[in-house]
Amino acid sequence: MAQKILPAALVGILGMVAATTTQASTLEDVKARGMLHCAVSTGLAGFSFIDDKGEYRGFDVDYCRAVAAAVLGDPTKVKFTPTTGKTRFTALSSGEVDLLSRNTTWTFSRDVDLKFSFAGVSYYDGQGFMVPKSLGVESALELDGATVCIQTGTTTEANLADYFRANNMSYEPVPVEKNSEARQNYLAEACDVYTTDASGLAASRATFDKPDEHIILPEIISKEPLGPLVNQGDEQWADIARWTLNVLVEAEEKGITQANVEEMAKTATSPEIRRLLGAEGELGSKIGLPNDYVVQVIKATGNYGEIFARNLGEDTKIGLARGLNAQWTDGGLLYAQPYR
Amino acid sequence: MSVVTSEGPEEFRVGMLWRDTRYRSYTFQIIALIAVMLIGSFLVTNIVSNLRDAGKDFNFSFLWEPASYDINQKLIEYTSRAPHWKAALVGILNTLLVAVLGCVTATVIGVFAGVLRLSKNWLISKIMSAYVEVARNVPVLLQILLVNSVFIGLLPKPKLSDPMLGGALVATNRGFYIPSVTTEAGSWLVFLVFCISVVGVFVLRRYAKRQQEQTGKRLPVGMLSLGILIVPALLAFFAAGMPLGLEYPELKGFNYKGGIHMRISLVALWLALSIYTGAFIAENVRAGIQAISKGQSEAAHALGLRSARTMRLIVLPQALRIIIPPMISNFLNLTKNSSLAIAVGYMDVTGTLGGITLNQTGRAMECVLLLMAFYLVTSLSISAAMNKYNHMVRIRGR
Repeated sequence: MAQKILPAALVGILGMVAATTTQASTLEDVKARGMLHCAVSTGLAGFSFIDDKGEYRGFDVDYCRAVAAAVLGDPTKVKFTPTTGKTRFTALSSGEVDLLSRNTTWTFSRDVDLKFSFAGVSYYDGQGFMVPKSLGVESALELDGATVCIQTGTTTEANLADYFRANNMSYEPVPVEKNSEARQNYLAEACDVYTTDASGLAASRATFDKPDEHIILPEIISKEPLGPLVNQGDEQWADIARWTLNVLVEAEEKGITQANVEEMAKTATSPEIRRLLGAEGELGSKIGLPNDYVVQVIKATGNYGEIFARNLGEDTKIGLARGLNAQWTDGGLLYAQPYR
Repeated sequence: MSVVTSEGPEEFRVGMLWRDTRYRSYTFQIIALIAVMLIGSFLVTNIVSNLRDAGKDFNFSFLWEPASYDINQKLIEYTSRAPHWKAALVGILNTLLVAVLGCVTATVIGVFAGVLRLSKNWLISKIMSAYVEVARNVPVLLQILLVNSVFIGLLPKPKLSDPMLGGALVATNRGFYIPSVTTEAGSWLVFLVFCISVVGVFVLRRYAKRQQEQTGKRLPVGMLSLGILIVPALLAFFAAGMPLGLEYPELKGFNYKGGIHMRISLVALWLALSIYTGAFIAENVRAGIQAISKGQSEAAHALGLRSARTMRLIVLPQALRIIIPPMISNFLNLTKNSSLAIAVGYMDVTGTLGGITLNQTGRAMECVLLLMAFYLVTSLSISAAMNKYNHMVRIRGR
């Protein structure tokens, strides 16, 4: 029996791997298929969710649309692949998707060991804790012995372990795979605390029936610079991802919005803006895109500020302040590299 | 008159490789072997070259780096500073725990349901049919999620929970708590006496069997065994000054402390796997019993054997031979289905090695290969053990 099973099993293992092949140029592939494949999360209000019309919407989704607008000139030509914290990296490295835009923390080992290239930081975040007000807890340091719901396959697991260890407290982790499962467990109080990135907590809380009954504790226990990423080894594609993000930020700084972008492309006199919008110079074509790709991007999604305000800002249910994610001129960390 | 002369050993010609039945089977086997080896080597070179193109190496040294994550259920000492291999080991033990618990419970459920499905009581047999048909035909993942949701949604949170049976059982939506046994100095004496009693029971059984074969008299083995097991151990317990005690769960802070904590994830997975696999075992048991011809039990009744003894001595030994082979595959299925554990957050080996470790180190190939090796070894061991048992209950030619 063993003699028959063993070779069969080996062939099976190897077969799965053989499906993975390396691709030539991602840009060529995307143009040829006329569709951008983008991995997002399985549902997190404000970042990536499906609205009542069946459309993907959110902060991470809009970045994918911006890239599609830059490359294909059409923000609707995106095929979204929902991924969990566990499946996202395999989806990207196997070539199933061209781009991963899913609240992913930029870390050394993901950049170096997993062979990915981060396009930059689209959202500066940090890990926090949410508890029901009825628990009577006001600081994370009072959580000794608590049961903590945590999404598995994320950096939060290691942060949590380190934080409780450093403060000499014990806890009981309840690992869950998706935000929706965390919500189910947390609302049934099968766990006392839900921990993830503070933006994710705010997003989850916004979807509760009674958001006022839950508080996010003041402690932020880690740095979580979230950003989109692509596979390492295709520098042209990485440049496109990086500069799409950069021009979104740059456009906000320069006051270019969805409403005035076409107007500005024609009438602007500032050489910086003329360069950015392709009215002057050949910068766009140097990374293999149409010269006016920035106009397409801003027309499709608006600038960074507009994307933020539409999906996460203080006028939405999520109600996040810009905080660290304001322009450097407003005391935030957003500082786009010069477009020249 | 012609004489057939033998020409000695026939000379070998190439055409005989496919025309002569003596050689043909070898030819095909060798061709198949070469084909398998070619496919295998193609796949291996493919992996090697693809890994090289992706700039990744293939090694297992990550297993000795600190895991830096915590696991809620651990049967051995484990902290977040322990290496990845230890996290994998914790997961392996959790997998084996739920597999063993599941196999035992599924067998009990299956035997009951299978026998009761043959009951002459219309209501009982129909209820069992309904159970078997529903449990068999709903995907096990849904059953696991359903049981988990029911527990999380219906059981109270710890602060509102109400200890039952004088504090011996607490049911909360985070788990069930039962008392644990505490040992003090002198408890070894009780264990020693108990072990000797177990040996004593085996001796008694052999003696009783010989007695029956020689004289035809039967000893009340059941009652005697029970006495041998309990009385000396009880005496030793009091003689040693009651060294064994029970620790009851108590609500402290956020959760219950003390006692044994059976997490909702474990109970949900265990229960759902048992119910699902139990339905298949029930069908096997029913098939096994129905396959024994009626004449067998009629003959036994004619010899004066009562129903229970007919079942135990005549029907079951024969039915077991039919029941066991499909039972092996049910046990294997249960063990493999336990890898759905992550759906309810139970940290089995797929959750630790194949989940968090894989994700944090990015060593997908290595982790998946190790996982497959583990499931393969486990399945083959179960298979080997059950085949051995099957061999023991087979018909012995006299």
